[in-house]
Amino acid sequence: MMNFGLTRRLKGMMLKRMHGMITCLEFEEFVLSYLEGELPERQKRIFEWHLRICRECREYLAAYKRTIEIGKAVLGPANEPVPDDVPGDLIRAVLASRGG
Amino acid sequence: MPREDPAETGTAVNREELVRANIGWMLALAERLLRDRDLAEDVVQESFVRALGGLAKFEGRSSLESWLHRITVNTALSKLRQLKRLAEQSIDEHLPEFDRYDCRVESPWSYLASVEEIMESEDTRQRVHKAIGELPDSYRLILQLRDIEEYGTSEVAALLSISESNAKVRLHRARSALKKLLEPILRAEGSK
Repeated sequence: MMNFGLTRRLKGMMLKRMHGMITCLEFEEFVLSYLEGELPERQKRIFEWHLRICRECREYLAAYKRTIEIGKAVLGPANEPVPDDVPGDLIRAVLASRGG
Repeated sequence: MPREDPAETGTAVNREELVRANIGWMLALAERLLRDRDLAEDVVQESFVRALGGLAKFEGRSSLESWLHRITVNTALSKLRQLKRLAEQSIDEHLPEFDRYDCRVESPWSYLASVEEIMESEDTRQRVHKAIGELPDSYRLILQLRDIEEYGTSEVAALLSISESNAKVRLHRARSALKKLLEPILRAEGSK
């Protein structure tokens, strides 16, 4: 049976010491810039290389992106219909107010 | 009997048309931001006072709708500031975890629900609403303004009176925290 702690330790050491690699913690700092397309080409390559070799960050990023999509779909104006029960007294109050 | 000034009558009619044409979506927007119907009604009323009072200053550089949108957002944010609901609170418990080797701690994802699956069920949509409601307002709003209302990062920073870099950090944390809160839904726990 694989020693899980040892595997993580080896992974951490490899990501920290090998040239052109970043750790998961460093990866985290670049997520937003990567998704916004703001990373310079070299940093983007390093970010994507980490994605290829790290299952945890790959799955994290997929769930992170899905979260954004779901937020937009569920909470976006297109799915929050304009209420058809705007109270008449609110309309009257607005029209009677000083600005109106 | 005084004669009606046609120009004034016209203005009054236009104002009423403007209110009736926009009050519905402005109320929905205010309710999304405040998560409280009574406060949302107050904000809409105040927004119209500001908008109609400043109608002469509307320069037409943006559409009337986006002008009203911004006034509603600003008024809602002022209301939240008055209520001290924008104070920054910790969301550390919902942020990603790393071990002592700086490796991410993330349980394997054997399943990731699609947007379509989430949208199919009213119950699931309500759970998403509830999850976003669990975020502190300072994080929920940045996510709402940036991802839902689609303001740019610099606009969001200006609206919230924070720096652009702070806005980016908060946005990323808010998304990460929401991902954690949505995990039972995304992993379809309890429904598969």
